[in-house]
Amino acid sequence: MKISLNWLRDYVDIRMEVKDLVNLLTMGGLEVEAAIPTGQGFEKIIVAEIASIRRHPNADRLVLVEAKTGEERFSVVCGATNIREGHRVPLARVGAKLPIGVEIKRSKIRGEVSEGMLCSEIELGMGQDASGIMILNPDAPLGADFGDVIGLKDTILEVSITPNRPDCLCVIGVAREIAALTQQRVKYPPVTLSSQGGEIDEKTSVTILDPDLCPRYVARMIEGVKIGPSPHWLRNRLEKIGIRSINNVVDVTNYAMIEYGQPLHAFDFELLEERRIVVRRARRGEAFTTLDGVKRSLDEEMLMICDGVKPVALAGIMGGLNSEIRAETRTVLLESAYFQPANNRRTSKKLGFETEASYRFGRGVDYGGALTAANRAASLIQEIAGARGVEGVIDAYPKPIRPNPILLDVRNVNRILGTSIPIGQVRTYLEHLELDVREEAEGRLSVTPPSFRGDLEREIDLVEEVARLSGYENIPLTLPQGPPSSEEKGRELILEQKVKDLLVRHGYHEVITYSFTAPHSMNALRLSPGDPRMKCLPILNPLTEDSSVMRTSLIPGLIETARYNLSHKNVNLMIFELKKVYLNIAGERLPRETKYLTGLAMGMDGDPHWACPRRAVDFYDVKGFLEDLFEYLRIKGVAFGRAADVPYLHPGTSSRVLLGKEEIGLLGEIHPQVSSDYGIPGKIFLFEVDFERMGKYAGEESKFRPLPKFPAIHRDLSVVVEDHLEAERVEEAIHLLRQPLIDEVKLFDVYRGHQVPQGKKSFSYRIRYQAGDRTLTDDEVNQYHEKVISRLREIFGAELRG
Amino acid sequence: MKEELEKIREECQASLSEAKTEMDVAEIRVRILGRKGSLTQLLKRLGSLPEAERKQIGRRANEIKEKLEARIEQALEDIRERERRESLAKERIDVTLPGRRMDFGRRHPLTQTLDEIVHIFSLLGFEVVEGPEVELDYYNFEALNIPKGHPAREMQATFFISEDVVLRTHTSPVQVRTMEKRRPPVRVICPGVVYRCDSDPTHSPMFHQVEGLLVDRGITFSDLKGVLTVFVHRMFGKETNLRFRPSFFPFTEPSAEIDIECFICGGRGCSVCSNTGWLEILGSGMVDPAVYRFVDYNPEEVTGFAFGMGIERIAMLKFGIHDIRLFYTNDLRFLRQF
Repeated sequence: MKISLNWLRDYVDIRMEVKDLVNLLTMGGLEVEAAIPTGQGFEKIIVAEIASIRRHPNADRLVLVEAKTGEERFSVVCGATNIREGHRVPLARVGAKLPIGVEIKRSKIRGEVSEGMLCSEIELGMGQDASGIMILNPDAPLGADFGDVIGLKDTILEVSITPNRPDCLCVIGVAREIAALTQQRVKYPPVTLSSQGGEIDEKTSVTILDPDLCPRYVARMIEGVKIGPSPHWLRNRLEKIGIRSINNVVDVTNYAMIEYGQPLHAFDFELLEERRIVVRRARRGEAFTTLDGVKRSLDEEMLMICDGVKPVALAGIMGGLNSEIRAETRTVLLESAYFQPANNRRTSKKLGFETEASYRFGRGVDYGGALTAANRAASLIQEIAGARGVEGVIDAYPKPIRPNPILLDVRNVNRILGTSIPIGQVRTYLEHLELDVREEAEGRLSVTPPSFRGDLEREIDLVEEVARLSGYENIPLTLPQGPPSSEEKGRELILEQKVKDLLVRHGYHEVITYSFTAPHSMNALRLSPGDPRMKCLPILNPLTEDSSVMRTSLIPGLIETARYNLSHKNVNLMIFELKKVYLNIAGERLPRETKYLTGLAMGMDGDPHWACPRRAVDFYDVKGFLEDLFEYLRIKGVAFGRAADVPYLHPGTSSRVLLGKEEIGLLGEIHPQVSSDYGIPGKIFLFEVDFERMGKYAGEESKFRPLPKFPAIHRDLSVVVEDHLEAERVEEAIHLLRQPLIDEVKLFDVYRGHQVPQGKKSFSYRIRYQAGDRTLTDDEVNQYHEKVISRLREIFGAELRG
Repeated sequence: MKEELEKIREECQASLSEAKTEMDVAEIRVRILGRKGSLTQLLKRLGSLPEAERKQIGRRANEIKEKLEARIEQALEDIRERERRESLAKERIDVTLPGRRMDFGRRHPLTQTLDEIVHIFSLLGFEVVEGPEVELDYYNFEALNIPKGHPAREMQATFFISEDVVLRTHTSPVQVRTMEKRRPPVRVICPGVVYRCDSDPTHSPMFHQVEGLLVDRGITFSDLKGVLTVFVHRMFGKETNLRFRPSFFPFTEPSAEIDIECFICGGRGCSVCSNTGWLEILGSGMVDPAVYRFVDYNPEEVTGFAFGMGIERIAMLKFGIHDIRLFYTNDLRFLRQF
């Protein structure tokens, strides 16, 4: 909200620099987001008095004016006809730059010297009135800076008001805060209070049919109003904070709202049928056209202000086109009401629009201040619109609201804040906020908040006020006593960090993609219609169609990321994501959220390098990572089986990751149809692991095994086998010998071609023999090695390769 | 014989000074000191000399022998040293050629930031807990003292799954879920993904938060200040100025925003801090007694504080990133920078 510093000064003394005020308010809880100086650009424009006016000797339409500022006198050639001797006017001296862009120079006009220019409003960039020179108040000090005199030189504070402080949505509210923070009292504007009833009762009446939604309705009437433009001071004050000037009556209602925070509405009384006000709920489907010309359809939870026949305003939100102030309006009925905040908010939300009025009513206005604001506005209208106030006021207030006293135990203040503020100090703070404080027994206070502080209801609310006024910066710094939580980090988080560390070492970059995706992205994976991943959870109000369902797989996001990178020439890609998927469960309100680890690799295994030949990444790159992962996490007994039936994977180059019978993941090449649907050329390899399922198997920290005391012996072995034989079968056969001296079997070469017959291939193994209690002899090892060879010959018909 | 001896010495020294290779030296050694070498031969002939002369020449001959042996050793050493130098001088590589590097990956900058935050709070004795992202309205709003129609709901543009199920707008519902499950003391942080329907250079519809909660007997606002001051100093450096400023959240009271002095401009005011000199990084406050009511804690017995921060914001400040959407584009050229 925009607050004018000059306006604030009407109610409170501010004897500090702007930056200190900004700090004071911000540290008091009203965050000042900006302090913008205004009224710049009036340098060398001063207040001058017309000393004499003479005819211009050479021009009929011009006059020669002598203007004085006390000692100094200026000759000015002028074309205006509205000035008289003794008028005080703005004089732009030589060198002044007018806001409209004109620079004033000493000149000769038709032979007469002109040492400046008398300015109209439009030349000063202040309004539309070009009809004549702007006439200032007769008491405007001569020679003074025009910007200061007119109140244009100001600072506009952009204050961010939290939803709990609607009382600060006005100048007086902010002034109250400054007063409390600087131990002053607010200087409220003098308002003469009219008594209830009187003449007004004979002319109109107010009937509240729904007092639950409208607990209070104050009405005042002003007759003989002359609608016209507002005086400068009023317009300036409004325009500076961004409120457009309409006419004198509407401007006054806005002025009083900005001053007191009480939205007011002015009706053209003559347009009210039966000359009375009825406050009631709308009828279902009732139509009403608001001031902005929009026809709105109402329901029975919306509160309307009506005359004797029809609605004339949408209560607390906007007036109606049928009763607005017109140029010919003579009698004004002024409304100052208190509407129930929650209902007002609902209506505003349902109709989809918010106004300055509804913003305030929706957060809660000062129910005790309705009368004061009405009186203030009425007296201003009388003052500036040449009007006569109808004597008396209607204050329909069937059940006056009384704030409840709050019991405050000062020990609780210090228990919660960690301070030792004495009771007397607490009391002083609260009294500065205009709270009524009574001392009860034993460190307890009975505190009654004023009507404008509807946010103060509980003891804790008062604790906060004390904290605020004593200054957060004065609360000490301590560290909490008590035990730390038993676990440092969650087990799952530690696991995640370990896995990510390993991925990064393998060259994978972590990506984070949106959890929502396009509904068709699962179709792109060629999943069957019955696949549970096809039932994505839809978002009712998505930002775009492409982000309208919660993902059930991380794969589409990774492929999209790959596509993005390829189009930006990042062609060698190794990326992974470890995040949640959201699986719809029939009959459950919330989906099952479970984490998946998904990786994607494509392109070459590195950028070209003078000393490293590069090759295309393939299945065994992603498999190698998974093997390392399971070893790193001490997950034993993982098997890789063929996966020919995964719709998004290539049937010949994909594999399941199995732990016993349980499938914990998949890896392989993306089905060429999927990559071509995404428009990606080349092979894409991926892996996906059900992270939570895998996590269950993560092993304990390993125990140290003593290093062997005796040397190991290695023997190499190359066997020629049928081409279709899977490598793992051979290794299994060797292990099935249950030869305790065989410590490790490693396949180090697979060869087809020269010296190996068609339809066959050669596997080369290095076998490590190791005994725990002695150094093995060559003879002994040869004996075992022979057994291995004959077993392989027996089972697979393997031939030794020379 | 005496003259002969001196001659051998001179000749040996002369040859050594001309020797170029180990072979040359070896040859000299054989020629002089070998079995048939000139000095060896001479020594053999000593016996034929009269005793007085024999003693004198013998002594001299042995002296010369020792000296020559040392000379020869020295010459060998010199040659070897020279050869070593020459061969080292030949083994020259271009040290400016690029080395063979491990093409390691990077954790996402958001993960790096999150892990750092989690680490600091781990040191302060906080445990990590997680909760669902698709959340009941009850946990996301109701039990956090934000009933239906509360203006605070409008401050968090919410994605809805159904009337009573939302994408959580903050990590705060994990507070409530945790308190439902445990009795005090509770000392947890809850990192995670949250959602709001906003999208522009500073707002992403999905982003990350870390929430913290400490509830126990005797926890005070001054504890809140202490813990979060330690956090700020660890995260941003111990010289960092910070301030606690009154604010409003429906589920804490008193509430505080924590600002750190803008490290871009040093507090003088710049575009990053909107000329205020301060950067807002944390929201916090004492848990509102109304929240305890939902989880059956007794506010007369326990007090506590909660805090929350946006990871993207902190990462943007730390790394100088101006567009939040970069985090979710995952351009390799971006990811490689962290």
